[in-house]
Amino acid sequence: MLLNQFLILGAVLFATGVYGVLARRNGVMVLMSIELMLNAVNINLVAFGVQHGVVSGQVFAIFVIAVAAAEVGVGLAIVLLLYRNRTTIDVEDFDLMRG
Amino acid sequence: MVAQNIFFGILAAIVALSAVRMVTTRNIVHAALYLVAVLAGLGALYVLLTAEFVATTQVLVYIGAVMVLFLFGIMLTKAPLGNVMEMTGKQWPLAAVVAALLGGVTIYSLIDRFGSERLTSDGPIYRTADVSDEVFSTYIVPFEAVSVLLLAALIGAIVLARKD
Repeated sequence: MLLNQFLILGAVLFATGVYGVLARRNGVMVLMSIELMLNAVNINLVAFGVQHGVVSGQVFAIFVIAVAAAEVGVGLAIVLLLYRNRTTIDVEDFDLMRG
Repeated sequence: MVAQNIFFGILAAIVALSAVRMVTTRNIVHAALYLVAVLAGLGALYVLLTAEFVATTQVLVYIGAVMVLFLFGIMLTKAPLGNVMEMTGKQWPLAAVVAALLGGVTIYSLIDRFGSERLTSDGPIYRTADVSDEVFSTYIVPFEAVSVLLLAALIGAIVLARKD
């Protein structure tokens, strides 16, 4: 197997996640796209760990998974709070700070 | 080696197609289920990379816990099922250009740098015990920091989401 197989898959996933964050209007969908980007990072970490014969890649991937779990918990709490206050989670409606 | 490449091709196709469908489908529950396919495919790829503990964690934490959180989020925000609310904003062509540029430049630089570098197949295989040894020796401080972070996120989510 080539190292690039995994790296290019990670790049494709990351670009897809960027598209999701920028184009989607639903707040929950934006959070899901962020998960896609975090997973793209994980596959790179594990692939480089195998390539260099070190265990640190796996350890960092596990740390990223833990941080992502915390991020989803707080992010969904914020989305729920937005829904309760504005009765919508359409991110295009949240433009109070537009100049 | 050939079998590994065949399985990589199948899994990568599943992951990439599910990811694209996830960000383009109009039904948000379908998007969540496509995300499950992406996460499961990545878990299988971790097994292919001999990262068994990461694969287990992926299934337990992502498919088990995070997906339940997402489904609860979809349910509690009464997200319209189907085409009631247009799921993609007006700026989607611009977003597609940005994503295509980012992906294109990244893939070009990866091919330029790593070319046909082979994944070392005779390197050491790290089992779960080796991973835990590393976490509880070299990375003990980040590990404790992550546990404090999870506690803070737990309390923060409760404080944000409770009604009063």
